[in-house]
Amino acid sequence: MRGYASFLAARMRVLLQYRAAALAGFGTQLFWGLIRVMIFEAFYRSSTAAQPMTMDEVRSYIWLGQAMLILVMWGPDTDLRDMIRTGGVAYELLRPLDVYWVWFTRCLAQRTIPLLFRAVPMFLVAGLFLGLQAPPSPGSAVAWLGATLAAILMSAAFATLISLSLLWTISGEGMCRILPVVCWVLSGLIVPLPLYPDWAQHVIMALPFRGLADTPFRLYIGHIPASESVPAIAHQLVWTSAMVVIGRLMLARGLRRVVVQGG
Amino acid sequence: MAAVTVEDLVKTFRVAERQPGTLGALRGVVRRRHRTVHALEGVSFELQPGELVGYIGPNGAGKSTTVKILSGILVPDSGRCEVLGRIPWRERVANARDIGVVFGQRTQLWWDLPVVESFELLRDIYAVPHERFRAARAELVELLDIGPLMDTPVRQLSLGQRMRCDLVASLLHSPKMLYLDEPTIGLDAVSKLAVREFIRRLNRERGVTIILTTHDMDDIEALCSRVIVIGSGRILSDGPLEALRARVTTERRLIVDLADGAGPFESVGAEVVMREGARVHLRFDPARVSAPELIARITNGNAIRDLIVENPPIEEVIARLYGEADR
Repeated sequence: MRGYASFLAARMRVLLQYRAAALAGFGTQLFWGLIRVMIFEAFYRSSTAAQPMTMDEVRSYIWLGQAMLILVMWGPDTDLRDMIRTGGVAYELLRPLDVYWVWFTRCLAQRTIPLLFRAVPMFLVAGLFLGLQAPPSPGSAVAWLGATLAAILMSAAFATLISLSLLWTISGEGMCRILPVVCWVLSGLIVPLPLYPDWAQHVIMALPFRGLADTPFRLYIGHIPASESVPAIAHQLVWTSAMVVIGRLMLARGLRRVVVQGG
Repeated sequence: MAAVTVEDLVKTFRVAERQPGTLGALRGVVRRRHRTVHALEGVSFELQPGELVGYIGPNGAGKSTTVKILSGILVPDSGRCEVLGRIPWRERVANARDIGVVFGQRTQLWWDLPVVESFELLRDIYAVPHERFRAARAELVELLDIGPLMDTPVRQLSLGQRMRCDLVASLLHSPKMLYLDEPTIGLDAVSKLAVREFIRRLNRERGVTIILTTHDMDDIEALCSRVIVIGSGRILSDGPLEALRARVTTERRLIVDLADGAGPFESVGAEVVMREGARVHLRFDPARVSAPELIARITNGNAIRDLIVENPPIEEVIARLYGEADR
């Protein structure tokens, strides 16, 4: 365990250097958040039908989405890509560690640090000036925290799958262009999931993607009451475990065919 | 028990081939053409604990493939391989704890971290107890003289400095086996000598079993009593350096510095390889004419300033062996 923990800490220390990127990301996400809130306000004003969410709930949901966006934004891990391309990955295999968990750890660090950099200022700014409300009860806040941790794990497991696909594709560009778009739509980052038509709800609720964003957000605003948090978080954890299992199978296959280049 | 046993190891790779030109690329989309590369075709050898063996061969001969199989990174197609009683790819993690590997062309240190942090990370990864780690690090840092570099980020190190740090990194967990893949590549003369001296001491004083692959024949002459030569996936020769030399060629060199101009050498029983001013390089076969006899014949008709008898350079011996393999 100590090996993985140190690895995580070292990775995080490296990522702490990228503060300018975080600032730029924060600026962009603030801007897009304002636009999204305006769009939904326009929709809500022009519609008289009863909506499954109130405008206040939607506003908080959107700002949460802007704060946590990085969890559903995977670029190819360029370090890992270079390692696979140049054969430096050999050293990774020379360690007395399980390669899957090493890569998972990499991805976990890659999710957590940028998330902290972006989420904390976003909560401050949106909470003070832009209508992000506090959770309705302490229970909701606790449930949200739990679901957020689960979402981070899921995001890391997902990112690990993308990293593993590099063993086949080497570049990973294609994957990283297509996947986030699918995930944004299905996780609630474009339109909050409760606003989708009923026929789509069943499918979307069963798929893993809502665990990345929608589940923690709705627990936060109390749209899913704290009393129902256990099945919601269980849904996240079951899918996360499934991704871990799939990832391990992929890795076992990938390593058998891997040709460590050069040298 | 042998430290390493390799028996009849075979490894082939399938490499996708792109046909040239746009049309070829398009055809490649529909039907891929594959080429089979035979990296190893039945390699066998055995190492005793404490041996320092040179493992040499031309580029693409299968050296690195062998090392990668021994470290558990690659799975061979067939054949038997045991390192310290384990099958490396079956027990990759356990095997990794007992071996150290240095690939001269890459670094195992973390690019963005200071050297000292890379070392501490390795300590945790290999679960080295703190006491033992401190002792091992102090000793290695002293031996390779990298104390002043410890707080420098790896990306700022020169190649020689990096190589020394890499050597330390590979030994912090006190492995019993060490694979060195071109550890002196690109190093300046001083760093080369330091690395060589370190490898020698490591082997003599600590009894670490070492496999050294290199293209630098000076490394081999300075360090290895036994040399395994591999070419096109087969073992060409395995034994002491002198035996290798004797097998390939018995010839000797005689270098003569003449006091006055070039004399006739055609009838002395040796072949003139090269003339540079007053210096003449001769090649002769000691079975046909002994060195004293040859020297006597030469001094008979010429005024001589100096004489040197030497073995043909090891590069030439190896090149000849590679040449035989290609034929």
